[in-house]
Amino acid sequence: MPAILQTKNVHLSYGSKEALHGINLDFDDHSITALIGPSGCGKSTFLRCLNRMNDLIANTTITGSFQFHGQDLYAPTTNLVELRKQIGMVFQQPNPFPFSVYENVTYGLKLAGHHERKFLDEQVERALKQAAVWDEVKDNLNKSAMSFSGGQQQRICIARLLAVQPDIILLDEPTSALDPISSAQIEETLITLKKDYCIIIVTHNLQQASRIADRTAFMLNGNLVEYDLTSKMFTQPAKQDTSDYLNGKFG
Amino acid sequence: MDDIQKKLASPSKASHEDIVGRIISYSCIAAIIILVISILYFITSRGLATFLTDHVNLWQFLTGKDWNPGSLNAQGKPQVGALPMIVTSFSVTILSALVATPFAIAVALFMTDIAPKSGTKFLQPVIELLVGIPSVVYGFIGLTVVVPVIRNLFGGTGAGILAGTIVLFVMVLPTITSLAVDALRAVPAYFRSASLALGATRFQTIYKVLLRAAMPRLLTAVIFGMARAFGEALAVQMVIGNAVLMPRNLITPTSTLTSQLTTNIGNTIMGTLPNNALWSLALILLLMSLVFNLLVRYIGKRGEIKS
Ligand SMILES: Nc1ncnc2c1ncn2[C@@H]1O[C@H](COP(=O)(O)OP(=O)(O)OP(=O)(O)O)[C@@H](O)[C@H]1O
Ligand SMILES: [Mg+2]
Repeated sequence: MPAILQTKNVHLSYGSKEALHGINLDFDDHSITALIGPSGCGKSTFLRCLNRMNDLIANTTITGSFQFHGQDLYAPTTNLVELRKQIGMVFQQPNPFPFSVYENVTYGLKLAGHHERKFLDEQVERALKQAAVWDEVKDNLNKSAMSFSGGQQQRICIARLLAVQPDIILLDEPTSALDPISSAQIEETLITLKKDYCIIIVTHNLQQASRIADRTAFMLNGNLVEYDLTSKMFTQPAKQDTSDYLNGKFG
Repeated sequence: MDDIQKKLASPSKASHEDIVGRIISYSCIAAIIILVISILYFITSRGLATFLTDHVNLWQFLTGKDWNPGSLNAQGKPQVGALPMIVTSFSVTILSALVATPFAIAVALFMTDIAPKSGTKFLQPVIELLVGIPSVVYGFIGLTVVVPVIRNLFGGTGAGILAGTIVLFVMVLPTITSLAVDALRAVPAYFRSASLALGATRFQTIYKVLLRAAMPRLLTAVIFGMARAFGEALAVQMVIGNAVLMPRNLITPTSTLTSQLTTNIGNTIMGTLPNNALWSLALILLLMSLVFNLLVRYIGKRGEIKS
C-alpha cells in the first residue's frame, strides 16, 4: 500500500536559520505516527509544513517534495482552503471558538457552503460521537464551548476537525495541557479514529507514543534520526542517539 | 532588656511610615469623593431648580421646541423647550459614530491583522497625534473648510448637523480606532490559527471569528466614541450654527446641549431662570454620561473572553 503522504528532503529556514535539514518521512493511512524528540528539534515546524501553516510565518523558505495522494502539496495550483480541509490540525492548547459547541463543530462545514439544518445536525452528532464527547455535550450543544473542561474542549476541537472529514489529522502535543484522565480519553479517541484516518501526532510523552503509535519518528536538531515501528524502536533502537533519548539521557 | 522591650512595644519606623502613607492616601481619596459629590450635588440642585423653583413642567422642558428662557410666551409661561438641542445632540452623536465605526474597524483590522508591521509603524503615531490635537483646532478647521464646502454644495449657511457630524467623525475616529485595536489584539492568536487550519481564508477568519469574538469590546469602543461625541462642546459650537431651532434637515443651523452651554453660560445671571435652565441642560449631559458608563460596564461584563 503506498503511503498517503510522502515527504522527501525537506529543508526549512526561518529567515537565514535552517530549522529542518532534510527530512524524509512517509505516512501510512489508517495508522498513527508519532514524532518525538527534544524541545526545539523541529517537530512542530515539520508538522506545520504538512498543512502549510508555515505559509503564515513571514520569511520562511521551504524546499523538498511533499506528495499527498501523489499530488504536490506546494504546487502553485494547490487550493489551500481545500488542502486544509483534507489535512486538519489540532493544537497544543484547546482552542474552541468562543461560540456554542454546535457552531464550533459546524464552522468548517459552513465554510464549505453547507447550511441545511438536517445535514448539519447529522454531521455534528457523527463528529462529536467519533471524538467521544457526544455524551458529555449532547444536552448542551448551544452552550459556549469555552464552558467545558480542557479535555472536553480538546475533544470538541477534534470533533470540529472531524466534521469536515479530513484524510489526515495532525496533532501537536494535544494532551500536554491536560490532566492524565483527559489525556487517556484523547488517546482512546485517537485509537478508535485510526481505522478511518491517518494520524500524525507530536508528543513529548514517550509512554504516550509507545501506547498509541504504530510508527515513531525520532528527530534531533532538525534531522530525522530514526523512523521505525514503535515496537521495534522502543525495544531495539538502531541508533545510539535514539537509545540515549529513550532512556532519558537528554531531552 | 528594658531597651528591647521598649523597642518592641513602640511602633517601628516602617509601621510608622505605613500609617503616614495610609493617612495621605485616605485623605486624597476623601478629597476626591467630596469633590465628586459636591459636583453632582451642585449640578443636580441647580438643574432641578428650573423645575422646583421656577415650576417649569419637566415634560414641557423635554418636549418643547421653543427655547428663549429670558422671555415669556403668549400664555405667560417661560419658553424652555430643550427638544431641539436634545435631538441635535443625539443626531450628531449617532451619525458620527455610525460613520466612524466602519472606518475605525477597517483601520484597526489593518493594523492588527492585515499589515501589522507597517500598519502599526505608521498608523499608530498618526492616531496618537489625532487624539492629541485640541478640539478648538478641529473646530477651526471645520469652520474654515467644512462649513464653506457645505455652503457651496448645498446652499444655506453651511452650519448644522452635517458639519457637526463631519467634525465629530474626525474627532471620534482615533478614539474608536485605538480601542478597536485593543479589542482585536485581545482575541487570542489561537482562534485565528484554528480558523485557518479549518480551511478558512483570512477574510473569513476576520469576519466569522475575529470580529465576532471581539464584538463586546468593539461595542464598548463605539460607546466610548459616542460619549466623546456627546460631550464635545467647543468644536461643535464652532460649526453647528448655534440657533436653538429644531433641525429641519442636516444643514440648518441648530444647537447641541453642549454648544448652548458654552455659548450662553457667561451671559446669564446665577439664580435666574435662564441660568437654571442651562444647568438643567448640564444635568441631562451628566445623566447621559452616566448611561454611557453603565452601558460600557454592562457590555464589558457580558463580553469577557474566558479562556
Ligand atoms: N516562527 C518561528 N520563527 C523563527 N524561528 C522559529 C519559529 N518557530 C520555530 N522556530 C525555531 O525552529 C526550531 C524548531 O522549532 P519547533 O517549534 O519546530 O520545535 P519543537 O520540536 O516543536 O519544540 P517543542 O517540543 O518545544 O515544541 C527552534 O530552534 C525554534 O527556535
Ligand atoms: Mg512544538
